[in-house]
Parts: sequence; structure tokens; C-alpha cells
Amino acid sequence: MTGLRVIFAGPGATVQDAGRHGFLRYGVTPAGPMDWISQSTANRLAGNPDGVAGMEFGPGGIEVEAVDGPLRVGLCAPGFLSMRGATPLPTRMALTLSPGQRLAIRAGKSHVWGYLAVAGGLELPPVMGSLATHLRSGIGPMGALAAGDLLPCAAGPETGAMALPDPPAPGHVMRFVPGPQAEAFTDAGFAAFCDGIYEVSPRSDRMGYRLTGPLIAHAKGHDIVSDGIAMGAIQVPGDGQPIVLMADRQPTGGYPKIGTVIRADLPALAQSRPGTALRFTPVSVEEAVAALRTAMARLAQNAQPVSLGLDIEKLASGNHASGFLDARKEDGP
Amino acid sequence: MNGVRFLDAGETALVVEFGDRIEDGLAARVRALDAAFGGKLPEGVRELVPTYRSLMIHYDPLRVDRATLVAAVDGALGGEGSVAEGRLWRVPACYDADFGEDLVHVADATGLSVAEVVKVHAGATYRLAMYGFAPGWAYLSGLPQALALPRRESPRDRIPGGSLIIAGGQALIAGGAMPSGWHILGRTPEAMFAPARDPAFLLEVGDRVTFDPVDLATFTHLQARADAGDAVAVRA
Repeated sequence: MTGLRVIFAGPGATVQDAGRHGFLRYGVTPAGPMDWISQSTANRLAGNPDGVAGMEFGPGGIEVEAVDGPLRVGLCAPGFLSMRGATPLPTRMALTLSPGQRLAIRAGKSHVWGYLAVAGGLELPPVMGSLATHLRSGIGPMGALAAGDLLPCAAGPETGAMALPDPPAPGHVMRFVPGPQAEAFTDAGFAAFCDGIYEVSPRSDRMGYRLTGPLIAHAKGHDIVSDGIAMGAIQVPGDGQPIVLMADRQPTGGYPKIGTVIRADLPALAQSRPGTALRFTPVSVEEAVAALRTAMARLAQNAQPVSLGLDIEKLASGNHASGFLDARKEDGP
Repeated sequence: MNGVRFLDAGETALVVEFGDRIEDGLAARVRALDAAFGGKLPEGVRELVPTYRSLMIHYDPLRVDRATLVAAVDGALGGEGSVAEGRLWRVPACYDADFGEDLVHVADATGLSVAEVVKVHAGATYRLAMYGFAPGWAYLSGLPQALALPRRESPRDRIPGGSLIIAGGQALIAGGAMPSGWHILGRTPEAMFAPARDPAFLLEVGDRVTFDPVDLATFTHLQARADAGDAVAVRA
């Protein structure tokens, strides 16, 4: 069977598509990517539409081997160290794996989540219309990815390697839309959140990123009648320390939410390792939508990767591939 | 209109809030708006999430803007009060001591006998107000006041799927195994969430529920049918 064999998977590697939408009303969390921009980038590099199922991996990385093939893959793993055989690779690229060839993505110095897409997507049976994995409720065609897993897919075209320059480092200022319960906090509490510096806690995962920083005081207690939770919701429980709820969040919850991190900034938040210092700044819905349009436009630019020719081995000899790419770094965000 | 508030949950979700309490009148208005939209979602709307007191509308702001959405909700609010009565389901429930781990404690705390606790729980007609927490976790309104109790002092790490639980004046059918601090009175063999079955979820928000007490032998028989993919709750 043609596919990608998992040789090694760090903790947190799963299959994700755009998420299992339409079942929130039954308590089903959509799951989907932590960083939608990186997932889309990997898919576009592989020649796929956005939201096609591929692999998401955590800071420990992943190693795969092409079984039969050749397989055309798209990689988006800034901050990781990626190798095809002994060859270091650019962090964002399309490449072809010959049968038996391995692609290793090793832990690096920055970022949290990386994405590997394969042309045509994974040939797994959908669960309720989606291939997204929600480990907590056990929903999805695969569990946590582990050595030995075979992800079936179709052989792809054997075309040249293409790369994108390294993206700018993730920003540290998160824009948020206040609400739906911003009034549940004192003015001083709201101001503390907007003025303070919050550090990403090690107790963070696909469900939520816990933050530690200045206390956010509630105006009238910290219990509300359960309410829907959107991705990026900033929930503040009784201890006054915020938790940003992410892809694997609970569908409803009973703590007040001071705001919601805008979609354009969620990828940067998701890619912030424990210890990263973040600030939060309020914006209007209109500003959030404008930022989303900008993010989409930047993603569209990534549809034109630069051909590296067939010989990325040559490119890489003697130098780390990213040295070449540094010469034409993208403009900042 | 009428105390309805539009609250933003970011730029991709809008909360239509009818109030901040658990109250039948509020739940009915949520249900009416949900039903008004449920048939055909407006352009750009991805999904609706009803709760006791609010409807969350998930939308794509690149396909529909907030003002258009608010206008659509305002228009739909006119139709309130015309919502159809939900379907009534008879859900088999086994209150055997093996399942009803907290029956004795609940009896002590409420001053009722175990038999009376079962009678009160099974004698009420509930309404499925919302799903939440985890897939198929069905929050029911309509728990008789006699069974209103706070949560357990210490939550359990895991309760079985199908558990019939109560706390905070609410009743719940647990969709799957999860941690919980609620009191367990019994268990239903009905699969509240069966991903391989069509429909994966038998009960819709707004449906009404009564419990049909069954003995352990019947439970075991029904459980086997449910495991084979049958729905064992029946329309009354």
C-alpha cells in the first residue's frame, strides 16, 4: 500500500484537517489545526486546497518514510530542523520522496507545531465528515501518531523541490476582540490584562494555553451559566489567570471570557513556547476582519514558491539550506 | 429587542444572549431562534450552538459581515413563540445499585428514600436544553426541586458513558466516559453518541425526555442492541 510510514513521532503528533465542523451543537469539539496558516501553507506547497488532512506534529518533530510512491509532500516547519536523508532542508518547501526515502523533522529552537501535507491528502475513512483528531474524546480515524503507523495516500508527481523563504518570527502582541463577558471584570482587571505581560505556562496543550501574569479581577464572581466557546476565547477562572482556549477546547464552559484572540493572531499564539512573554491589545471586529484579510492575502502570495531545481542536495552542500534562503527573507508582517 | 444582546466572541462568532440565568422562558427563546435558522443557515454561517440562555452563531466574516448577521437575527426574532414542541423520547434507565453509585448519598442528602429518589428522577419530563462539555453530554432542564443538590465534594476521574447524573439543579445524560463531579443515579443503555450510527446523535436540542426504569436483565439486553448500533430510546 502506498503511504507515509511513521518512523518516529514526538508527543502530540496527530492527523488534522480543517476541523470537524457542524457538530458543536452536540458537544463535539472541531479540533483541526493549532496554526491554520502553517497548515494551509503546507497544503498549498503540496498542491492541495486548504483544509486537506495531513500531519500536525509537536515540538519533538516526526520522521516519515515513503512506502512505494513517489510521494509529493508539502512541509511547513519553521523553527524545526528538517532533513531528507543527510540533507538539511528549508523550513517551508515542497519536495518529492522516492520509495523508501525518509524525511526527518527534528526538534528545533523555536515554534511548537509543524505541518506535513501530502499531495492529494490522506486516504483515511472520515469520521463524521472529517479526518481531524480529537484525542480527549477519541474521535478521528487515527489516535496519537506513533512509530509504525501507515498513513495511506496516493503516489504523486515527481516534480522539483520548491521553497518559500523563512517566515517572520511569530509576533508577541496578540490582538483580541473584547467579550462576550468583558463586563464580568472590573475596569482595573480589564486594564491589567491590556497593560500586563503574560507568560505562556508549561501547562499548555492543544486544549488551551495557560498564561501567568497580572491578576485579572472579576467584577461579580467567576461563575456564569454555560455558554459557547470559540477558538481563541480568553477564559479567566477564579484565580484571575487567563487561559486561551485552542483547537481541542471544550465546546461550552462556565467561566467568563474577557475576549477572543483574533484569527489572524492565533497562529502566532499557538507557536509561542512556554516562557514566551505576550501582550494583549483590544481591537474592534472590523479591525479583526481586516487583519484576517491581510493574513489571507499573505497566504495567497505563498502560492508562488521559488523553484530550487531538482537538486536540493547541491544547494545544501556545505551550507545549511536556510542560509541560502536568508538572502531573500520576506518582509516583516 | 426585548433584552436581547449581541456579544462578540471574536470576529468569527456572535453570541445572541437572551439572559444570564437558567430559566424555561429564556431556553424557549433560544430554541425558537435556533429553529428559525436551523432549517437553512444564512449565507456564511457555519453552525449554531444553543445553550440554556444564548445562541452562538459561528460565521465566516469574509462571507457575511456582522451587521448583516445581526439584521438576520433581528428578523428571525419576530417569529419567536411559534416554535414546535420537541419530540418526546422514552429513554430506558437502570437504577440498579451497581450503576447508581450515589443513590444512597442522594437519598441521605435529600431526606428521601432510594426508591423515592428513583421515582422523582424517573417521574419528571425533561427538556434537552443543550449539549456541552463532551460529545453527547445532554443537559436536561426540568429536574424536580427535591433533587437539587450541589456537586460532589471530590469529582470522579472517570464516569461511564450513559451515566444519569444530577447536580446544581440540573440533570444530565453522560454521552461518553469523562471526569465528573455530579451524582450518579443510574445508567441508560442508549448510546447518546454513536459515531458509526446514522444519526450519530438521536436526541436534538429542544426534544423532551422521560426515563423508563428497567431492571438489570433488560438493561443488559438493551445494551447489546445498542452496541450493535440500534437506538433503544423510543419516541413516545
